[in-house]
Amino acid sequence: MTDALPRPLLPFMQFSALLRANDFSVAPEQTQSFVAAVGLLGPRSMEDIHRAALATIGPAPERREEFDAIFRLVFLGQTVAASTTSDMDDEEELEAFDDRDGGQEPPETDEMEESGGAPTGAERLFARQFGGLSENEALRRFRRQAPNALPRRKSRRLAPSKGRGRLDMRRALREAVRRDGELVRLPVLQRRDRRRRILLLIDVSGSMKNQTDLYLRFAHTLAQATDRLEVFTLGTRLTRITRALRRRSPDQALALASTLVADWDGGTRLGDALQAFLSVPRFAGAARGALCIVMSDGLERGDHTAMTDAMERLDRHAWAVLWLSPLAGEDGYAVETAALKSVLPHIDRLGDGSSVASVCGEVLGFERRLRA
Amino acid sequence: MPIRRSIVGIDSPDRLSIALRDAQYLADDSLATTAYLALALAKPLLLEGAPGVGKTEGAKAIASILGRQLVRLQCYEGIDSAHALYEWNYPRQMLAIRQAGAEYVNIYGDDFLIERPMLEALRHPRDTVLLIDEIDRADHEFEAFLLEFLSDFSISIPERGTIRAEEHPVVVLTSNRTRELHEALRRRCVYHWISYPEPAREAEIVMMRASQVAHDTARRVVEAVGALRREPLAKPPGVAETVEWAEAATLLHEQGAPWPSAFRRAIGVALKDQDDMMFMEPRLDEILRGVAA
Repeated sequence: MTDALPRPLLPFMQFSALLRANDFSVAPEQTQSFVAAVGLLGPRSMEDIHRAALATIGPAPERREEFDAIFRLVFLGQTVAASTTSDMDDEEELEAFDDRDGGQEPPETDEMEESGGAPTGAERLFARQFGGLSENEALRRFRRQAPNALPRRKSRRLAPSKGRGRLDMRRALREAVRRDGELVRLPVLQRRDRRRRILLLIDVSGSMKNQTDLYLRFAHTLAQATDRLEVFTLGTRLTRITRALRRRSPDQALALASTLVADWDGGTRLGDALQAFLSVPRFAGAARGALCIVMSDGLERGDHTAMTDAMERLDRHAWAVLWLSPLAGEDGYAVETAALKSVLPHIDRLGDGSSVASVCGEVLGFERRLRA
Repeated sequence: MPIRRSIVGIDSPDRLSIALRDAQYLADDSLATTAYLALALAKPLLLEGAPGVGKTEGAKAIASILGRQLVRLQCYEGIDSAHALYEWNYPRQMLAIRQAGAEYVNIYGDDFLIERPMLEALRHPRDTVLLIDEIDRADHEFEAFLLEFLSDFSISIPERGTIRAEEHPVVVLTSNRTRELHEALRRRCVYHWISYPEPAREAEIVMMRASQVAHDTARRVVEAVGALRREPLAKPPGVAETVEWAEAATLLHEQGAPWPSAFRRAIGVALKDQDDMMFMEPRLDEILRGVAA
C-alpha cells in the first residue's frame, strides 16, 4: 500500500506505524492532521515537524521520551547522521525496532464469562463462603460476585425511575401534550448508583515477599471486574501498574507488571512511599472518595510519624480505608507494632490478608460490614 | 479536512504568539504552534497541565485576539445535555399551551429554547470561542457525548431536527489530568501539555500581570515559587499564585514590612493547603532568606 504513496509521505506513515507498534494509539485521521500541520508550518525546521507531531498525536506527558526517541529515529535517522544520538538513545531505538518486527501481541482471545452470576444476598457471609476455596476458585468466584458486591455510591447523574425523586419536566410535558394537557402520573428522576472507585496500594518490600504474587493476582482479577480502579506498588519507589493489569490474560498482565516494578523485595519505608503517593496530585486524586485498600504488614522500622501522617491524610481523602495484613489471619493476632497501632484510628478495618480467599472475602464483604 | 491558513490575519505561529502577547498572555513557541495548528486545522485544542499553569487564561486570550465572546462550560460530575446543550423552558411551554386553548401553538419555537454553551457555540460559530473547562471532572458518559459533538459539530434536537454549525467553531478543552481522558477524545483534538514556565518567562508574566511589582520582587518570587515546586507538595503553587504572591508581598512591603517578612506574611496566597504549610514551615524562612538576599 505504501508503494503507491508519494515519497515525501513515507516517513509519516512509517512514524505512525512505529508508534502503533510501540503501543501508542494513532488514528489515521491523526496522521492526516500531522501531515496537514507540517504543511501549514512550512516547515521551517525539524523543530516545527516535532511540534506538529506532538500537537496532533498528543502523547501522554509520561511517555514523551519514548515518543521523542521514535521521532528521532524516523525523522532524524534519515537526514542527520546517527552519531548525533547518544548511546542511550540507540538502545531505545533498538527496542522500538524489535517491537515492530515481531513484538506485536497475538490477538487476545475472548474469555467467555459464565453468564448471570447468582445475585448475592447482602446477608451472606463472604468470609465464611470463601473459607476453604483454592486460589483459582476463590478468584473465579470473586470475579462473579464482584459486580454486585463491590461498594457503590450515588452518582450525580439522574435516570428515570419508578419510585420517588425529582420531577422530570421534560417527560412530564411530553406526556401532558400526548394526553391533551392532562398528567396521569408524575414522571420522576432519581440519582443512579455507580461503582465506587477503588485504590489498591500493594507493599512489595522484602517482608511481604510471600504475598506479593498472590496480591498481584488478586489485583488483576479486580482490574477485570471493575474499570474504576487504580493500583500502585509501594517499595523503595512508587509504581503505577494499573495499565499493565488491564490486559485480560493474567500471565501477560503479571509479566508486564513485574517488568514495571523495579524494586521487588527491597527494603521499604512505607511512610515515605505513602507520602510520595500523596504528593503527586494526580495520584492523590485517585484516593478521593475511593475505597482505599492497603495491602501491607505495616512493619515500619524506626520512626513511624511519616506513616501516621500519610495514613491520616489518606483517610481524609478516601471514602474508607481497608488495611489487609498477612499477619492478621493468625489466631490470637493482636496489633503489636507501634507503627500499626498509630495508624489504627485512621483505618476503617484491619482485615485478614493471609490468603487470596480471605482477601476476596474481605473486599466483597467490606461495604456490608461498614453499614452493619 | 477544512484548512484555513489564516484566521483574522493570523497566518503563522509567530503572529499568534505576538497577538497573544498583546492580549497579555505569554505563550512559548510550542504552545503558540499548537494553538495555531488548532485554529488552522479547525480542530479543538486540548490543553492539559497542572492546576494554575494558565490553561483557562489561554482560552480567554485566544477568544480576545479573535475578537469573539468566550462561552464557558464548566464540567462537573453528572453534567448532562440539559446543562451543556439546551433545555426547554417547561413552565413557559405549559403556560403557552394553557393560553392557546384550542388553537395551535408551536411550543418548540426559539422562544422556548434555552441555549446552553455548546448550542450557543454551534449556532454562532463566528462569534464565539467555546471553552470546555476541566473536562476531567466530567464523567465518562459526558466524554462519550462530547465525541459526537467534537467530530461533527452538529446537535440533534428531537423536536427540531439537526442543527449543524456553518463552520467548525473554535473549541478549547482543558484538563487538570486528575484522570486520563479517553483516547477517542484526545484523538479528535490538537494536544498540548502546558508545564510550569521557565523562571525568566514566569518573571515576565508576573511583570505583565501584576500592576505594580518591581522587577526584583518578581524575580525573587519566581525563585521562591520554584523552590516550593521542587518540594513534594499536595498543591504546588501555580502561575496565578506567583502573581498574587508578588502583589501581596509588594502591598505589605509598601506598608512598611521588610522584605523577607513581607513574603513570609503573604505566604497564604501561595500555599493553600494546611498539610503543605506544616510541611514547609520549618524551612520556609531559609528559602525566603535565600531569595531575598
